[in-house]
Amino acid sequence: MYFMSNFFEKSDLSRKEAESIISDTLRKCDDGELYLENSKSESILLDDNKIKNSNYNSDLGFGFRAISDEVVAYSHSNEISKNSLKQSSENLKSTLKSAKGTYNHEIPKSNKKYYDNINPIEQKSLNEKIKILNDVNDYLRSKGDKVKQVTANFLGEQKSVEIIRCGGETLSDVRPLIRFNVSVMLEKDGRKETGVYGVGGRQSYDSYLKDENWKSVCDEALRIASVNLESKPAPAGEMKVVLGPGWPAILIHEAVGHGLEGDFNRKKTSAFHNLMGQKVASEGVTIIDDGTIDNRRGSLTIDDEGTPTEKTVLIENGILKNFMQDRLNARLMKTKSTGSGRRENYRHIVLPRMRNTMMLSGKQTQEEMIKAVDKGIFAVSFGGGQVDITSGKFVFNCTEAYEIVDGKIGSPIKGATLIGDGPSILKEVSMVGNDMMMDPGIGTCGKAGQGVPVGVAQPSILIDKMTVGGTKL
Amino acid sequence: MVKDQEFLEKKASYCLGLAKKLGATDSSVVVKNSVSETVNFRNSKLDESNRSDNLGISITTYIGKKKSSISSSNLLNDNLNILIEKCVETTKNTPEDEFNSLPDKDLLAKEVRDLDLYDDSHIANDQKIDYLKKLEAAASNDKKIVNTESSFTQNKSNFVLANSEGFCDGYKTSSFTASSVTVAKNEKSMERDYEYSSKCFLKDLDDAEKLGNLAANQTIRKLNPKKIGSEKIAIIFDKRIAKGILSTFASAISSSAISRGTSFLKDKINQKIFSDKINVFDKPDMLKGLGSRNFDSEGVKTDTLKLVDKGILKHYLIDTYNGKKLNLKSNGRCGGTSNLYFENGNTCFKDLLNSDSKSLYITETIGHGNNIVTGDYSVGATGFLVENGEFKYPINEITIAGNFKDMFQNITLANDLEFKYATNSPTMLIEGMVVAGK
Repeated sequence: MYFMSNFFEKSDLSRKEAESIISDTLRKCDDGELYLENSKSESILLDDNKIKNSNYNSDLGFGFRAISDEVVAYSHSNEISKNSLKQSSENLKSTLKSAKGTYNHEIPKSNKKYYDNINPIEQKSLNEKIKILNDVNDYLRSKGDKVKQVTANFLGEQKSVEIIRCGGETLSDVRPLIRFNVSVMLEKDGRKETGVYGVGGRQSYDSYLKDENWKSVCDEALRIASVNLESKPAPAGEMKVVLGPGWPAILIHEAVGHGLEGDFNRKKTSAFHNLMGQKVASEGVTIIDDGTIDNRRGSLTIDDEGTPTEKTVLIENGILKNFMQDRLNARLMKTKSTGSGRRENYRHIVLPRMRNTMMLSGKQTQEEMIKAVDKGIFAVSFGGGQVDITSGKFVFNCTEAYEIVDGKIGSPIKGATLIGDGPSILKEVSMVGNDMMMDPGIGTCGKAGQGVPVGVAQPSILIDKMTVGGTKL
Repeated sequence: MVKDQEFLEKKASYCLGLAKKLGATDSSVVVKNSVSETVNFRNSKLDESNRSDNLGISITTYIGKKKSSISSSNLLNDNLNILIEKCVETTKNTPEDEFNSLPDKDLLAKEVRDLDLYDDSHIANDQKIDYLKKLEAAASNDKKIVNTESSFTQNKSNFVLANSEGFCDGYKTSSFTASSVTVAKNEKSMERDYEYSSKCFLKDLDDAEKLGNLAANQTIRKLNPKKIGSEKIAIIFDKRIAKGILSTFASAISSSAISRGTSFLKDKINQKIFSDKINVFDKPDMLKGLGSRNFDSEGVKTDTLKLVDKGILKHYLIDTYNGKKLNLKSNGRCGGTSNLYFENGNTCFKDLLNSDSKSLYITETIGHGNNIVTGDYSVGATGFLVENGEFKYPINEITIAGNFKDMFQNITLANDLEFKYATNSPTMLIEGMVVAGK
């Protein structure tokens, strides 16, 4: 048994009363629940040689949801009280006046857990965290006069959630999350460039930072900044692109991940909606979305509707197999939830979202890919990406890349945006590497104004044709 | 209904009092409440209703030059007691920073003018539904439109900012926002576009039919896009994209980027960074302005600033902390700009389209390709090819790239400025950018 946040402890509302308001509100609805959340988070920032900020946040609230057919009614508040819940209930009822559904009580169960019930904030004292940040600053600034700016920060969080369904069924989860980031700016001959690196996941700070592990994070940020100091303008136009393993998998996230979320496909606004069972990628390309990897940033024991997460095969050997579903879209598309129903917090409705999206390893080596390119680029690190679900066009921004000339890696090139077409890009993948790697645990995905932590993974891949948005014609 | 001033002030003064009692030498607090109600429609049917009631408090405590802060959505005194105690304790353990302090007392706002930012009218969900029905009917009129989603939100907010120097003020604001997103489809392609209107006063909101028609037309014209070759070409930015370039300029002149040395505009004060004809204003006291405010997020009074005068950079955006670091006085820009805009140019829209025999008109960009350290810019784009002043055909899957230092020097503005957002620009032409396509 683990400790659960007792949401009714300091309230004039008892659990029994809450259950009865919930059941009364949802009786004639198809689905819905009361979602309670208590989160504590801390951020400590070192910048410009000083501890700039230490901030602690505690957030408490509920979101009450009722669904009838396709219509969702939602109401949230910070006040967990009889009055407030009743007001929300009235609100939902007034929207769904004519609801005539049958509540679906079915929700799968699992005893598996993918992270420990810890509060990472309390596991390391403020002074210890401040000391590491100061050590990071000293370490990086000892690397020479070129180092002009160092920023480092800790972000720690513990989120307790409880889901109460019609009839009183209760599901709960306690989710730890940490992130450690370093950014360094170098200046040489009047030119400035930045390098950023970070690590994180659903475990304690010590899993990443014990001994002097933080030095490897600093070294990586410094390495990226140093490479960029020597970069020349990036080329413009269509060419071959080799992507390194790990974090560049945000290509997968943007190019196909969002387009395979259930809501856009139910509404037929995704470029993938009519491609189920069809070939959408080259042979040898398999993509999964997995919420069940221990301690990963995108992993969840249960999703925000209470469904245990799973490993969902999206594309198998080039063929489109599944979409990612929450309960609402699964019901309307006559399929099962894949445990992908997520929300940023109690202020937001549930949407089908990605967890850890991964392309599995193939057989080729990165060397073979580089050798196969006459003229192109080798992209190793990325800032972020974005997609237009409907047209399928997506971009991502390189933060470390090199030109490839005659099968050899050449000079580093300046950050540039790469653009492609989601439904066709994976058919341009001509080699899949044997070196699959997870990202370091820093991703946040934004959709409809909601940010949720996600992970990505991929091996090195060779894409035969992509447009590189440089300035050199 | 949104909490009244008295409630917020009481909470604020409780926090300041407790912080002092626990050993803080100075402190500041913001208490906020916002209540919003949204109705969403999809394909002419009700899709979602959403009521949101948000409370929030954030407290910063100082002990000499040490500082720390906390925030919470739980305003019960029990919880505040625990948090303020934690905050003061953390402050004691945080290293000193010589620039930490509350704003200078003589810079704090003295009078709070009524800027017409609050409309008491309430639009019930049934009335929102009437508006959305009209909007959706207009948006889905053409058979090529296969999906419509629209939304109507009423938001009422109230806040109080108080500090231990005696500042205590706040006011209510309101906003009414309607939007329409449409998807058009034919055999060859599927495209999405949108239109949107947001006002402080309900009666100023755009007509529902007008909004729906605009969204539909803007989407249909994007069907059958082509990809063009890579070349150097003049780019015309639609107003909704041009304002983003102005926002990037604003982040590059924030005192934090300047004092940290991480901006391509560092040390450019009194230098010519734009072409001669460019003037940029930040005007906080516009009546009903979407970015209007009486003071900044530290309580410092805000005057209108002419940030750029005939192409010359005149001011950074300064807050108290970074101001002290740069040896400059705060100009009331903690939290950023208010109503920021490029003054109109003297070319009409039609003449701007005709400036070059061939140009690209950009209506949407994607990606986060603004680097304010180096000034490099590279984003994915969608738009239209313009030849001899005429829209020829839609274009997608291209990128546009350049460096802001050059782009700023090559801007020509049309004379069609309107105040649709908090940051606004007339239609903008920039010569000499690089398009990457086929």
